[in-house]
Amino acid sequence: MNNASLELNIVALAPAASMVIFALLVMAVDVFARGTRTQPVRAATPWVALLGVLVTAGVCVWLLGQPVTTFQGMAILDRYSLGIAFVVLVAAGLSILVSARYIPRVNAQVGEYYALILLISAGMMMMGAATDLIVVFLALETFSLGLYILAGLRRSDAMSSEAAMKYFLLGAFASGFFVYGAALVYGATGATQFEQIAAMATNPATDLTFIYPGIALLIVGFGFKVSLVPFHMWTPDVYQGAPTPVTAFMSAATKAAAFAAFYRVFLVALPSQQAVWGPALATLAVLTMTLGNLAALRQSSLKRLLAYSSISHAGYILVGLAAGSIAGVEASLFYLLSYAFMNIGAFAVVTLLEKQGEMDADGARLRGLGQRKPLLAAVMAIFMFSLAGVPPFAGFFAKFFVFAAAVQGGMSWLAAIAMLNSAIGAYYYLRVTVVMYFNAPDAETVSEVKSNWPLNVGIGVALAFTILLGVFPSLWTTLMESGVVTALALR
Amino acid sequence: MFDYAWLLFAFPALGALIILFLGPWLSQKIVGWIASLAVLSAFGVALALFASLYALPEEARSITITYWEWMTIANFSVPAAVLIDPLSIMMAIVVTGVGGLIHIYSIGYMDHEPRYQRFFFYLNFFILAMLILVMSNNFLGTFVGWEGVGLASYLLIGFWFAKRDDQYGWYADAGKKAFLVNRIGDAAYLLAMFIIWSSVGSLTYAVVEETAALLPTTTLVFITLLLLFAVSGKSAQFPLYVWLPEAMAGPTPVSALIHAATMVTAGVYLIVRTGHLWDLTPIVAQTVGWIGILTAFFAATLAIVQVDLKKILAYSTISQLGYMVAAAAVGAPGSAIFILVAHAFFKALLFLGAGSVMHATDGVIDVRRLGGLRHKMPQTYITFLIGAMALGGIPLLSGFWAKDAVLAGIAADGAFLIYSVGVVTALLTAIYSFRAVFLTFNGKPRDMHVYEHAHENKLIMVGPLWILAFFSITIGWFNTPFALAMEEFLSASTGHQEHVGLFLELVVVTISTIVSLFGLLYAWARYIRGEHWTLTLASWFAWLQPALDNKWYVDRVYDAVIVRPLAAVAGWFARVFDPKVIDGAVNAVGDVTVDAGEAVRKLQNGAIPTYAFSIFLGVVVVLIYFIFAG
Amino acid sequence: MVPLTWYLTLAAFMFCSGLYAALGRRNAIAVLMGIELMLNAANINLIAFWRYGVTPVENVDGQVFAIFVIAVAAAEVAVGLALIISVYRNRKTLNLDELDILKG
Repeated sequence: MNNASLELNIVALAPAASMVIFALLVMAVDVFARGTRTQPVRAATPWVALLGVLVTAGVCVWLLGQPVTTFQGMAILDRYSLGIAFVVLVAAGLSILVSARYIPRVNAQVGEYYALILLISAGMMMMGAATDLIVVFLALETFSLGLYILAGLRRSDAMSSEAAMKYFLLGAFASGFFVYGAALVYGATGATQFEQIAAMATNPATDLTFIYPGIALLIVGFGFKVSLVPFHMWTPDVYQGAPTPVTAFMSAATKAAAFAAFYRVFLVALPSQQAVWGPALATLAVLTMTLGNLAALRQSSLKRLLAYSSISHAGYILVGLAAGSIAGVEASLFYLLSYAFMNIGAFAVVTLLEKQGEMDADGARLRGLGQRKPLLAAVMAIFMFSLAGVPPFAGFFAKFFVFAAAVQGGMSWLAAIAMLNSAIGAYYYLRVTVVMYFNAPDAETVSEVKSNWPLNVGIGVALAFTILLGVFPSLWTTLMESGVVTALALR
Repeated sequence: MFDYAWLLFAFPALGALIILFLGPWLSQKIVGWIASLAVLSAFGVALALFASLYALPEEARSITITYWEWMTIANFSVPAAVLIDPLSIMMAIVVTGVGGLIHIYSIGYMDHEPRYQRFFFYLNFFILAMLILVMSNNFLGTFVGWEGVGLASYLLIGFWFAKRDDQYGWYADAGKKAFLVNRIGDAAYLLAMFIIWSSVGSLTYAVVEETAALLPTTTLVFITLLLLFAVSGKSAQFPLYVWLPEAMAGPTPVSALIHAATMVTAGVYLIVRTGHLWDLTPIVAQTVGWIGILTAFFAATLAIVQVDLKKILAYSTISQLGYMVAAAAVGAPGSAIFILVAHAFFKALLFLGAGSVMHATDGVIDVRRLGGLRHKMPQTYITFLIGAMALGGIPLLSGFWAKDAVLAGIAADGAFLIYSVGVVTALLTAIYSFRAVFLTFNGKPRDMHVYEHAHENKLIMVGPLWILAFFSITIGWFNTPFALAMEEFLSASTGHQEHVGLFLELVVVTISTIVSLFGLLYAWARYIRGEHWTLTLASWFAWLQPALDNKWYVDRVYDAVIVRPLAAVAGWFARVFDPKVIDGAVNAVGDVTVDAGEAVRKLQNGAIPTYAFSIFLGVVVVLIYFIFAG
Repeated sequence: MVPLTWYLTLAAFMFCSGLYAALGRRNAIAVLMGIELMLNAANINLIAFWRYGVTPVENVDGQVFAIFVIAVAAAEVAVGLALIISVYRNRKTLNLDELDILKG
């Protein structure tokens, strides 16, 4: 902290600050609506929140360019943190669209929901920007505390509150390990800033006894958030119990934020220990994807199916970190973005299949959907194909880049296992399409779909990008290389 | 003309989109014709491209058209580009030409089918994917097509998913098997692609070709072995061929188009396209040669004992693909493509003929219940006979020249052992081809009910048969040993120009002629005349009967090598694994993984202390690792 | 002066007590208390490492970290108790073994 520049560089905080300001605005609107008891004003909260997301996205585009550090090097605004910010914003924006008509059915207090989404997103963006263990911890807790509340949003529902309880207790438990690990790393290196940690860790004079248990406990903390096996067991239960738009948001955005910090800590602060943590992470990746895939084979609840699928995807993304190269980082970023579109899209379809008063849908409700609702079935099929990694959808290139990075990083065996896993995975995604097209409709099948236009817009955007990123994957990379965007950004 | 190459993809894509969005409001005939016209227009484009290419001097016959930078990530870039060269254009002509005829035939064949829009949508989608496969200038584009055709194949095999019978079980399961086996091959393809990318730095065929010689041999061996796996999945070679006989559950035009003429030849195309890699790894190439020719031989022996007309043709397809793979691998890629083209015509003809019989007999396809149909269906009979003659290698028909080119190429390469297996296989081929014809169309009707019911089909189905029959005869004339026009044209892509000595050529031709005529004679004597000597001859091989009935025990080997060990692991895992008799190794793999999934599910008991304990265990293991590794 | 190892041993002991409570107790509030112990053990570590650490005492990273941990722990307890009340209203129990509708 002492040798960094004393410049504050407030501009680097602009994305998170913009989210916070809009969160306050949402709360203000909500309070105003309560006073006057006017429904129309109350209904504006999602749109204020969405506006916040769009404005923040604009701010992010404007900021693309040279990296800027802030708070004496405790956080940084660079390509990577902005990339994560985009993923989080995509997740937040799509979830707001999915929530617009869903949340009022679940919980009457609408305003706090959107304010929380924005505040959580701000915390997640800070995860991507953090270059100091203290900031990582703060950001982690900021978004986690909000998510605990959102998971239990439907207070009268036994499942929802149970999910929140599970998430909270296990999350706090994992945080305990994380802080202890961070303390040990601090003890070994005397620093909390990533670059200073790296400098000390490579210094032969440093006593590194404490650093290894410290790294181990940091892995536990991150592993819990991204649901790596064996820290994953909360995932299916919480995903199933939480309101579906929350699950959608959580699955995509939490992964992005936690992986962002996971990557930065290990690649910036601890690259000199890669020989030790590389194999450990590779093993965890194998365990995670295999177990996620195997368990998903036997699920009848669609939300649990997608939960186990999200566990296996965490395993695939971890492959990129185990590879430990720049290609791996870029690949994971692309993966997280694609995953946000296709997974939130799939959850959005699930909301349409739910029965009145329930927050989950059984796979049986898909039977013969291809005949009853051809368009909906086709959309779901595309999301499933993309999740399974069938070209030419986004999910294929996501896997392609990550596995290619692993091979390039000399981890062909890991890529081979990952590919076999994605072959098993194809089976259950495919089963969803088989049920939709190859089964006859029966009494369980969805007969009436109550759609609404915000949801339709959300699904449409998710679908469009699931296809677009598959046909033009360079769209994203060009944006990040900011060839087009710097011209726009006028900086 | 090359500026318009995108039309090749635009027509089938447009056809598919029209059917998808307007299909429900269009009549069945119109949907069928839209689909057919889309493919025929693409055929026209392919022909025009061919003409333009032909007009160029030989060394200039390789045009790359880049449409956009497909993807760039961390100094890795792949263009979305097509490569127009003799090889790709030849494949495109076959795909759209044979495909177009099969589309037209399907209008008649699927006339009782309520879900015809979906059928034609799938077919057009398939053509599009296949064109992407053959026209792409890099491994990745080919892979996209590769997956696309696999998907179309899966959807079409399971087209009658609600049906079930003794032969295939649930029809939807046959599709599943095809899909799973192909996924194994696809994983190998992907891995090969990653290794190529990390060692060469590009996925473009041309760049890989230039730099391949600089790679270490181990890398090359790895790449070719993985490609071998990919090829044996897609082109139904040992040991991944098991899905193709099951794939016959799909509608017959699908069997003709996808599982005989086009998709299954994608593996052969891939070997020829990457020929330079195989040239550099002679050991792997030899292995592939053997795999190909042994697959050809064993599949031919199985074809002889099948009683289902479509199964005969399925094993025959595996066998012919074996020839192609062998020829492509041992250094006769030109003749491999030649037999691929010829085979596309006559095998499509045979399948459509079989479909014609099915259509006329209301689905009866068991040769033990057919017979004497030549009186009822004379046109189908003649065209089917022409197809069988081509397949059996009767002189002057396309199959004869093709097989001769392959065998001569193999012999000229000095692989006489492979050659002799090839000759024996040729004999078997002639026998089973004519057995199929004679049992179906000649002799006395064995089931009068079926016979009475049978009738000749409408022009829309018979017409394509005649066109295919015409080409089954004549296509070989483009590539006789006296004027190897097709191989010369292809040599610009393959880099190979086979020169077979006159003496060797004469010997090979003579042997081929004798073998095929003997096969014809034998089949005639046995299945029409029932002469005694043929049975005596057959009785010499009676000891093989159990092996043939059990499909050379391959399923049992699968069971012992893959299913049992997996079952043991799962049993230990789940403690309650129920050992059941499982038919089909691949389905069993699915079952085993599902059982393991069940065990994982049981651990998830819902209680927070259990979950916390799981985290704690993880902490302990990770800590121990880090303390000792650090 | 008390050597560093003593502080570290105390912290490890406290962490294990907290861990034992978090794993062994079935009451949600008791588990939460255990987790708080784990966090405070980390705080002792942070302060001890700051005082005895490799960097000079003027660098207050460890102190700052500990203060943030205390603040976050307070927020965590606030959210946690609210959730516990919500669960209790629905289920009339805080026994974690009985909170198992969601499983499989």
